Amino acid sequence: MRHLMSPLDFTTEELDRLFDLANDIEKHPAKYAHACDGKILATCFYEPSTRTRLSFESAMTRLGGRVIGFSDAASSSASKGESVSDTIRIISCYADICAMRHFKEGAPMVAAEKSGIPVINAGDGGHQHPTQTLTDLLTIRTMKGRLSGFTVGLCGDLKFGRTVHSLINALVRYEDIHFIFISPEELRVPDYITDMLRTRGIPFEEVIRLEEVMPRLDLLYMTRVQKERFFNEEDYVRLKDFYILDRNKMKLAKEDMLVLHPLPRVNEISVEVDNDPRAAYFKQAQYGVYVRMALILTLLEIKG
Amino acid sequence: MLNVGKIEEGYVLDHIQAGKSFALYEHLQLARLDYPVAIIKNAKSNKMGKKDILKIECDLDSIDLDVLAIIAPNITVNTIKDGEIVEKKELTLPKQIRNVIRCHNPRCITSIEQELPHVFVLADEEKKIYRCKYCEEKYSESSR
Repeated sequence: MRHLMSPLDFTTEELDRLFDLANDIEKHPAKYAHACDGKILATCFYEPSTRTRLSFESAMTRLGGRVIGFSDAASSSASKGESVSDTIRIISCYADICAMRHFKEGAPMVAAEKSGIPVINAGDGGHQHPTQTLTDLLTIRTMKGRLSGFTVGLCGDLKFGRTVHSLINALVRYEDIHFIFISPEELRVPDYITDMLRTRGIPFEEVIRLEEVMPRLDLLYMTRVQKERFFNEEDYVRLKDFYILDRNKMKLAKEDMLVLHPLPRVNEISVEVDNDPRAAYFKQAQYGVYVRMALILTLLEIKG
Repeated sequence: MLNVGKIEEGYVLDHIQAGKSFALYEHLQLARLDYPVAIIKNAKSNKMGKKDILKIECDLDSIDLDVLAIIAPNITVNTIKDGEIVEKKELTLPKQIRNVIRCHNPRCITSIEQELPHVFVLADEEKKIYRCKYCEEKYSESSR
Protein backbone atom coordinates (compact mmCIF):
# COMPACT_ATOMS: atom_id res chain seq x y z
CA MET A 1 0.00 0.00 0.00
CA ARG A 2 1.30 3.44 -0.97
CA HIS A 3 0.61 6.90 0.34
CA LEU A 4 1.44 10.36 -1.03
CA MET A 5 3.20 12.62 1.46
CA SER A 6 5.55 14.58 -0.82
CA PRO A 7 5.79 15.03 -4.59
CA LEU A 8 9.17 13.31 -4.38
CA ASP A 9 7.53 10.08 -3.20
CA PHE A 10 7.07 9.22 -6.87
CA THR A 11 9.96 8.74 -9.26
CA THR A 12 9.89 10.76 -12.48
CA GLU A 13 8.93 7.56 -14.34
CA GLU A 14 6.01 7.01 -11.95
CA LEU A 15 4.99 10.63 -12.42
CA ASP A 16 5.04 10.15 -16.20
CA ARG A 17 2.66 7.20 -15.82
CA LEU A 18 0.43 9.24 -13.50
CA PHE A 19 0.33 12.15 -15.95
CA ASP A 20 -0.30 9.82 -18.91
CA LEU A 21 -3.27 8.47 -16.99
CA ALA A 22 -4.49 12.00 -16.17
CA ASN A 23 -4.27 12.94 -19.86
CA ASP A 24 -6.20 9.81 -20.82
CA ILE A 25 -8.88 10.71 -18.25
CA GLU A 26 -9.11 14.18 -19.82
CA LYS A 27 -9.57 12.70 -23.29
CA HIS A 28 -11.86 9.80 -22.37
CA PRO A 29 -13.77 10.72 -19.20
CA ALA A 30 -16.56 8.20 -19.86
CA LYS A 31 -14.06 5.34 -19.68
CA TYR A 32 -13.38 6.20 -16.04
CA ALA A 33 -16.88 7.22 -14.94
CA HIS A 34 -17.40 3.97 -13.01
CA ALA A 35 -13.80 3.08 -12.22
CA CYS A 36 -14.37 3.69 -8.49
CA ASP A 37 -17.93 2.34 -8.17
CA GLY A 38 -18.40 1.16 -4.59
CA LYS A 39 -15.28 2.96 -3.34
CA ILE A 40 -15.31 5.69 -0.68
CA LEU A 41 -12.95 8.65 -0.30
CA ALA A 42 -12.74 10.23 3.17
CA THR A 43 -11.80 13.92 3.08
CA CYS A 44 -10.44 14.67 6.56
CA PHE A 45 -9.90 18.42 6.55
CA TYR A 46 -8.81 19.72 9.94
CA GLU A 47 -8.63 23.21 8.49
CA PRO A 48 -10.88 24.67 5.85
CA SER A 49 -9.75 24.61 2.23
CA THR A 50 -12.70 24.75 -0.07
CA ARG A 51 -10.91 24.42 -3.40
CA THR A 52 -8.66 21.49 -2.51
CA ARG A 53 -11.49 19.62 -0.79
CA LEU A 54 -13.92 20.20 -3.66
CA SER A 55 -11.25 19.18 -6.16
CA PHE A 56 -10.83 15.84 -4.35
CA GLU A 57 -14.60 15.42 -4.06
CA SER A 58 -15.07 16.22 -7.73
CA ALA A 59 -12.30 13.74 -8.65
CA MET A 60 -13.85 10.86 -6.68
CA THR A 61 -17.38 11.67 -7.85
CA ARG A 62 -16.25 11.73 -11.49
CA LEU A 63 -14.76 8.26 -10.94
CA GLY A 64 -18.12 6.95 -9.70
CA GLY A 65 -17.06 6.76 -6.05
CA ARG A 66 -18.56 8.38 -2.99
CA VAL A 67 -17.18 10.87 -0.51
CA ILE A 68 -17.49 11.19 3.26
CA GLY A 69 -15.61 13.51 5.58
CA PHE A 70 -15.39 16.69 7.56
CA SER A 71 -14.28 20.15 6.57
CA ASP A 72 -12.86 21.65 9.75
CA ALA A 73 -11.47 20.42 13.05
CA ALA A 74 -14.45 21.77 15.01
CA SER A 75 -16.79 19.30 13.31
CA SER A 76 -14.45 16.33 13.82
CA SER A 77 -13.55 14.24 16.83
CA ALA A 78 -10.34 16.31 17.09
CA SER A 79 -12.46 18.86 18.97
CA LYS A 80 -12.92 16.15 21.63
CA GLY A 81 -9.19 15.61 21.76
CA GLU A 82 -8.87 12.51 19.60
CA SER A 83 -5.41 11.95 18.15
CA VAL A 84 -4.73 11.73 14.41
CA SER A 85 -3.52 8.14 14.95
CA ASP A 86 -6.87 7.11 16.44
CA THR A 87 -8.93 9.02 13.90
CA ILE A 88 -7.24 7.34 10.93
CA ARG A 89 -7.72 3.89 12.45
CA ILE A 90 -11.46 4.60 12.55
CA ILE A 91 -11.55 6.21 9.10
CA SER A 92 -9.77 3.11 7.73
CA CYS A 93 -12.91 1.14 8.70
CA TYR A 94 -15.19 3.54 6.85
CA ALA A 95 -13.38 4.43 3.63
CA ASP A 96 -11.01 3.02 1.00
CA ILE A 97 -8.75 6.06 0.67
CA CYS A 98 -8.24 9.26 2.65
CA ALA A 99 -7.23 12.81 1.72
CA MET A 100 -6.06 14.66 4.81
CA ARG A 101 -5.39 18.34 5.35
CA HIS A 102 -4.08 19.35 8.76
CA PHE A 103 -2.81 22.56 10.31
CA LYS A 104 0.09 20.64 11.93
CA GLU A 105 3.09 19.70 9.81
CA GLY A 106 3.59 15.96 9.47
CA ALA A 107 0.07 15.01 10.56
CA PRO A 108 -0.70 13.08 7.34
CA MET A 109 2.52 11.11 7.85
CA VAL A 110 1.39 10.12 11.33
CA ALA A 111 -1.90 9.05 9.76
CA ALA A 112 -0.12 7.05 7.06
CA GLU A 113 1.89 5.15 9.69
CA LYS A 114 -1.29 3.92 11.39
CA SER A 115 -3.61 3.71 8.43
CA GLY A 116 -5.09 0.63 6.80
CA ILE A 117 -5.87 2.65 3.64
CA PRO A 118 -3.82 4.92 1.37
CA VAL A 119 -3.44 8.46 2.73
CA ILE A 120 -2.94 11.53 0.52
CA ASN A 121 -1.42 14.62 2.08
CA ALA A 122 -3.80 17.40 1.04
CA GLY A 123 -1.65 20.05 2.75
CA ASP A 124 0.02 20.05 6.17
CA GLY A 125 0.65 23.52 7.55
CA GLY A 126 3.47 25.29 5.77
CA HIS A 127 5.16 21.99 4.95
CA GLN A 128 3.94 20.09 1.87
CA HIS A 129 1.06 20.29 -0.57
CA PRO A 130 1.98 17.54 -3.02
CA THR A 131 -1.23 17.45 -5.06
CA GLN A 132 -0.73 21.15 -5.89
CA THR A 133 2.74 20.31 -7.20
CA LEU A 134 1.41 17.38 -9.21
CA THR A 135 -1.20 19.77 -10.61
CA ASP A 136 1.50 22.28 -11.57
CA LEU A 137 3.62 19.60 -13.24
CA LEU A 138 0.68 18.11 -15.14
CA THR A 139 -0.33 21.58 -16.37
CA ILE A 140 3.19 22.30 -17.60
CA ARG A 141 3.65 18.88 -19.18
CA THR A 142 0.27 18.96 -20.92
CA MET A 143 0.52 22.53 -22.21
CA LYS A 144 4.21 22.43 -23.11
CA GLY A 145 4.63 18.77 -23.92
CA ARG A 146 7.64 18.33 -21.65
CA LEU A 147 9.03 18.98 -18.17
CA SER A 148 12.62 19.76 -19.11
CA GLY A 149 14.43 22.61 -20.84
CA PHE A 150 12.78 25.64 -19.27
CA THR A 151 13.70 29.00 -17.82
CA VAL A 152 11.31 29.16 -14.89
CA GLY A 153 10.48 32.44 -13.16
CA LEU A 154 9.04 32.22 -9.67
CA CYS A 155 7.65 35.50 -8.50
CA GLY A 156 6.35 36.96 -5.24
CA ASP A 157 6.62 35.47 -1.78
CA LEU A 158 9.37 32.90 -2.26
CA LYS A 159 10.22 32.68 1.42
CA PHE A 160 6.99 31.34 2.88
CA GLY A 161 5.33 29.91 -0.21
CA ARG A 162 5.29 26.14 0.20
CA THR A 163 3.97 25.61 -3.34
CA VAL A 164 7.07 27.38 -4.67
CA HIS A 165 9.49 25.28 -2.60
CA SER A 166 7.72 22.11 -3.55
CA LEU A 167 7.72 22.97 -7.26
CA ILE A 168 11.45 23.78 -7.21
CA ASN A 169 12.19 20.44 -5.52
CA ALA A 170 10.11 18.65 -8.13
CA LEU A 171 11.58 20.47 -11.15
CA VAL A 172 15.23 19.92 -10.21
CA ARG A 173 14.77 16.27 -11.16
CA TYR A 174 14.36 17.27 -14.80
CA GLU A 175 17.07 18.25 -17.30
CA ASP A 176 18.11 21.77 -18.24
CA ILE A 177 16.03 23.83 -15.81
CA HIS A 178 17.14 27.42 -15.11
CA PHE A 179 15.44 29.22 -12.23
CA ILE A 180 14.93 32.95 -11.90
CA PHE A 181 13.68 33.98 -8.47
CA ILE A 182 11.86 37.29 -8.50
CA SER A 183 11.09 38.68 -5.08
CA PRO A 184 11.70 41.53 -2.66
CA GLU A 185 14.76 41.13 -0.45
CA GLU A 186 12.55 40.24 2.53
CA LEU A 187 10.88 37.35 0.74
CA ARG A 188 13.83 35.67 -0.98
CA VAL A 189 13.88 31.92 -1.44
CA PRO A 190 15.32 30.22 1.70
CA ASP A 191 19.02 29.38 1.88
CA TYR A 192 18.44 25.64 2.07
CA ILE A 193 16.97 25.79 -1.43
CA THR A 194 19.73 27.91 -2.95
CA ASP A 195 22.30 25.66 -1.19
CA MET A 196 20.64 22.62 -2.73
CA LEU A 197 20.70 24.22 -6.21
CA ARG A 198 24.40 25.12 -5.87
CA THR A 199 25.24 21.59 -4.69
CA ARG A 200 23.42 20.09 -7.65
CA GLY A 201 24.90 22.59 -10.10
CA ILE A 202 21.51 23.93 -11.17
CA PRO A 203 21.67 27.52 -12.44
CA PHE A 204 19.59 30.20 -10.74
CA GLU A 205 19.39 33.97 -10.51
CA GLU A 206 17.77 36.23 -7.93
CA VAL A 207 16.28 39.52 -9.10
CA ILE A 208 13.99 42.16 -7.64
CA ARG A 209 12.02 43.32 -10.69
CA LEU A 210 9.84 41.12 -12.84
CA GLU A 211 10.16 43.33 -15.97
CA GLU A 212 13.92 42.76 -16.10
CA VAL A 213 13.61 39.05 -16.77
CA MET A 214 10.18 38.72 -18.36
CA PRO A 215 11.46 38.28 -21.98
CA ARG A 216 13.56 35.27 -20.98
CA LEU A 217 10.90 33.24 -19.20
CA ASP A 218 9.25 30.08 -20.52
CA LEU A 219 7.14 29.69 -17.37
CA LEU A 220 6.10 32.27 -14.81
CA TYR A 221 4.79 31.00 -11.48
CA MET A 222 3.10 33.83 -9.62
CA THR A 223 2.37 33.99 -5.90
CA ARG A 224 0.89 36.67 -3.73
CA VAL A 225 3.03 39.19 -1.86
CA GLN A 226 1.23 39.79 1.40
CA LYS A 227 1.46 43.15 3.07
CA GLU A 228 1.97 41.63 6.53
CA ARG A 229 5.22 39.99 5.39
CA PHE A 230 6.95 43.37 5.10
CA PHE A 231 8.77 45.12 7.87
CA ASN A 232 7.26 48.47 7.06
CA GLU A 233 4.48 50.00 5.01
CA GLU A 234 6.90 52.16 3.02
CA ASP A 235 8.72 49.15 1.55
CA TYR A 236 5.45 47.45 0.74
CA VAL A 237 4.13 50.48 -1.14
CA ARG A 238 7.45 50.89 -2.95
CA LEU A 239 7.68 47.26 -4.06
CA LYS A 240 4.19 45.91 -4.46
CA ASP A 241 3.73 46.96 -8.10
CA PHE A 242 6.85 45.05 -9.11
CA TYR A 243 4.93 41.88 -8.36
CA ILE A 244 1.63 42.63 -10.02
CA LEU A 245 1.32 41.03 -13.42
CA ASP A 246 -0.60 43.20 -15.87
CA ARG A 247 -1.03 43.58 -19.61
CA ASN A 248 2.03 45.80 -19.95
CA LYS A 249 4.33 43.28 -18.34
CA MET A 250 2.78 40.52 -20.45
CA LYS A 251 3.78 42.48 -23.58
CA LEU A 252 7.41 41.83 -22.63
CA ALA A 253 6.91 38.06 -22.42
CA LYS A 254 7.46 35.35 -25.02
CA GLU A 255 4.41 34.42 -27.06
CA ASP A 256 4.34 30.92 -25.66
CA MET A 257 5.18 31.68 -22.02
CA LEU A 258 2.77 30.17 -19.51
CA VAL A 259 1.52 31.99 -16.41
CA LEU A 260 0.74 29.69 -13.48
CA HIS A 261 -0.63 30.49 -10.04
CA PRO A 262 -1.67 28.10 -7.24
CA LEU A 263 -4.74 30.32 -6.56
CA PRO A 264 -6.54 31.99 -4.90
CA ARG A 265 -5.39 35.07 -6.77
CA VAL A 266 -6.01 38.38 -5.02
CA ASN A 267 -4.54 41.27 -6.96
CA GLU A 268 -1.14 39.97 -8.05
CA ILE A 269 -2.47 39.11 -11.49
CA SER A 270 -4.62 41.80 -13.01
CA VAL A 271 -7.94 40.45 -14.36
CA GLU A 272 -7.00 41.93 -17.76
CA VAL A 273 -4.49 39.07 -18.09
CA ASP A 274 -7.18 36.39 -17.65
CA ASN A 275 -8.13 36.29 -21.33
CA ASP A 276 -4.52 36.14 -22.51
CA PRO A 277 -3.93 32.70 -24.07
CA ARG A 278 -0.78 32.41 -21.96
CA ALA A 279 -2.79 32.57 -18.71
CA ALA A 280 -2.90 28.95 -17.53
CA TYR A 281 -4.08 29.36 -13.94
CA PHE A 282 -7.73 28.48 -14.44
CA LYS A 283 -6.76 25.48 -16.59
CA GLN A 284 -4.53 24.47 -13.68
CA ALA A 285 -7.63 24.05 -11.50
CA GLN A 286 -9.08 21.69 -14.13
CA TYR A 287 -5.85 19.70 -14.30
CA GLY A 288 -5.98 19.52 -10.51
CA VAL A 289 -9.08 17.36 -10.78
CA TYR A 290 -7.57 15.11 -13.47
CA VAL A 291 -4.37 14.57 -11.51
CA ARG A 292 -6.33 13.76 -8.34
CA MET A 293 -8.45 11.28 -10.32
CA ALA A 294 -5.27 9.65 -11.63
CA LEU A 295 -3.80 9.63 -8.13
CA ILE A 296 -6.86 7.99 -6.56
CA LEU A 297 -6.83 5.28 -9.26
CA THR A 298 -3.08 4.74 -8.83
CA LEU A 299 -3.16 4.48 -5.04
CA LEU A 300 -6.21 2.21 -5.12
CA GLU A 301 -4.43 0.15 -7.81
CA ILE A 302 -7.44 0.33 -10.10
CA LYS A 303 -6.71 -0.12 -13.79
CA GLY A 304 -8.62 2.29 -16.02
CA MET B 1 42.07 15.02 43.87
CA LEU B 2 39.42 12.34 43.83
CA ASN B 3 40.63 8.90 42.78
CA VAL B 4 38.51 6.49 40.86
CA GLY B 5 40.04 3.14 40.02
CA LYS B 6 40.87 1.84 36.57
CA ILE B 7 38.35 -0.22 34.67
CA GLU B 8 39.26 -3.47 32.98
CA GLU B 9 36.86 -3.35 30.06
CA GLY B 10 34.47 -0.68 28.90
CA TYR B 11 34.52 2.99 28.00
CA VAL B 12 35.85 6.21 29.45
CA LEU B 13 34.01 9.24 28.14
CA ASP B 14 36.36 12.17 28.63
CA HIS B 15 36.23 15.91 28.00
CA ILE B 16 32.51 16.14 28.73
CA GLN B 17 31.44 19.73 29.28
CA ALA B 18 31.21 20.26 33.07
CA GLY B 19 27.73 19.50 34.32
CA LYS B 20 26.65 17.50 31.27
CA SER B 21 27.56 14.02 32.47
CA PHE B 22 24.11 13.32 33.94
CA ALA B 23 22.48 14.16 30.61
CA LEU B 24 24.80 11.69 28.88
CA TYR B 25 24.06 9.09 31.55
CA GLU B 26 20.38 9.48 30.81
CA HIS B 27 20.74 9.46 27.01
CA LEU B 28 22.76 6.24 27.20
CA GLN B 29 20.04 4.82 29.47
CA LEU B 30 22.68 3.59 31.90
CA ALA B 31 20.19 3.53 34.78
CA ARG B 32 18.48 0.58 33.10
CA LEU B 33 21.70 -1.42 32.84
CA ASP B 34 23.51 -3.20 35.60
CA TYR B 35 27.00 -1.94 34.80
CA PRO B 36 29.29 -0.20 37.30
CA VAL B 37 29.42 3.49 36.34
CA ALA B 38 31.52 6.30 37.79
CA ILE B 39 30.40 9.86 37.21
CA ILE B 40 33.15 12.38 37.87
CA LYS B 41 31.98 15.96 37.95
CA ASN B 42 34.03 19.13 37.69
CA ALA B 43 37.40 17.41 37.31
CA LYS B 44 40.33 19.75 36.57
CA SER B 45 41.17 20.05 32.89
CA ASN B 46 44.00 21.93 31.22
CA LYS B 47 42.00 22.18 28.02
CA MET B 48 38.58 22.97 29.43
CA GLY B 49 39.18 24.32 32.94
CA LYS B 50 36.56 21.95 34.33
CA LYS B 51 35.18 18.81 32.77
CA ASP B 52 33.09 15.76 33.54
CA ILE B 53 34.14 12.14 32.98
CA LEU B 54 32.03 9.00 32.73
CA LYS B 55 33.58 5.59 33.29
CA ILE B 56 31.50 2.61 32.31
CA GLU B 57 32.65 -0.93 33.07
CA CYS B 58 30.86 -3.03 30.46
CA ASP B 59 31.24 -5.52 27.66
CA LEU B 60 32.47 -3.70 24.55
CA ASP B 61 29.73 -2.93 22.05
CA SER B 62 27.05 -3.67 24.63
CA ILE B 63 25.96 -0.04 24.61
CA ASP B 64 25.26 2.16 21.62
CA LEU B 65 27.40 5.25 21.93
CA ASP B 66 26.59 6.73 18.52
CA VAL B 67 23.90 8.93 19.99
CA LEU B 68 26.75 10.89 21.60
CA ALA B 69 27.81 12.03 18.13
CA ILE B 70 24.75 14.27 18.17
CA ILE B 71 24.42 15.39 21.77
CA ALA B 72 28.11 15.62 22.69
CA PRO B 73 30.17 15.60 19.47
CA ASN B 74 33.35 16.98 21.05
CA ILE B 75 33.92 14.42 23.79
CA THR B 76 36.66 11.80 23.70
CA VAL B 77 35.55 8.18 23.82
CA ASN B 78 38.29 5.81 25.01
CA THR B 79 37.76 2.11 24.56
CA ILE B 80 39.35 0.11 27.41
CA LYS B 81 40.40 -3.54 27.25
CA ASP B 82 42.53 -5.33 29.84
CA GLY B 83 42.85 -2.05 31.71
CA GLU B 84 44.43 -0.22 28.75
CA ILE B 85 43.16 2.29 26.21
CA VAL B 86 43.00 0.32 22.97
CA GLU B 87 41.15 2.79 20.80
CA LYS B 88 39.92 6.35 20.60
CA LYS B 89 36.49 5.47 19.31
CA GLU B 90 35.14 7.41 16.33
CA LEU B 91 31.46 8.06 16.70
CA THR B 92 29.32 7.67 13.59
CA LEU B 93 26.15 9.64 13.14
CA PRO B 94 23.14 7.34 13.37
CA LYS B 95 20.79 7.37 10.36
CA GLN B 96 17.80 7.81 12.62
CA ILE B 97 17.39 8.76 16.26
CA ARG B 98 14.32 8.22 18.36
CA ASN B 99 13.35 10.15 21.48
CA VAL B 100 16.82 11.59 22.03
CA ILE B 101 16.28 15.11 20.80
CA ARG B 102 12.90 16.81 20.53
CA CYS B 103 11.30 18.75 17.71
CA HIS B 104 10.70 22.31 18.84
CA ASN B 105 8.73 23.41 15.80
CA PRO B 106 5.42 24.59 17.29
CA ARG B 107 3.70 23.79 13.99
CA CYS B 108 4.86 20.12 14.08
CA ILE B 109 2.36 17.35 14.80
CA THR B 110 4.69 16.11 17.56
CA SER B 111 3.63 19.20 19.55
CA ILE B 112 0.07 17.88 20.00
CA GLU B 113 -0.13 14.17 19.15
CA GLN B 114 -0.12 12.00 22.26
CA GLU B 115 2.83 9.68 22.75
CA LEU B 116 4.24 10.28 19.30
CA PRO B 117 7.98 9.52 19.30
CA HIS B 118 10.34 12.34 18.34
CA VAL B 119 12.18 10.85 15.38
CA PHE B 120 15.00 12.63 13.55
CA VAL B 121 16.53 11.48 10.28
CA LEU B 122 20.09 12.21 9.14
CA ALA B 123 19.50 14.49 6.14
CA ASP B 124 23.09 15.58 5.43
CA GLU B 125 25.94 13.50 6.84
CA GLU B 126 28.64 15.96 5.83
CA LYS B 127 26.98 18.96 7.46
CA LYS B 128 25.61 16.82 10.34
CA ILE B 129 22.06 17.95 9.70
CA TYR B 130 19.15 16.08 11.24
CA ARG B 131 15.57 16.80 10.30
CA CYS B 132 12.36 15.89 12.09
CA LYS B 133 10.79 12.91 10.34
CA TYR B 134 7.37 14.59 10.38
CA CYS B 135 7.85 18.31 9.71
CA GLU B 136 11.45 18.21 8.33
CA GLU B 137 12.47 21.08 10.61
CA LYS B 138 16.24 21.16 11.00
CA TYR B 139 17.55 20.29 14.45
CA SER B 140 19.94 22.84 15.82
CA GLU B 141 21.71 23.08 19.14
CA SER B 142 20.07 26.46 19.82
CA SER B 143 16.58 24.99 19.50
CA ARG B 144 17.16 22.52 22.33
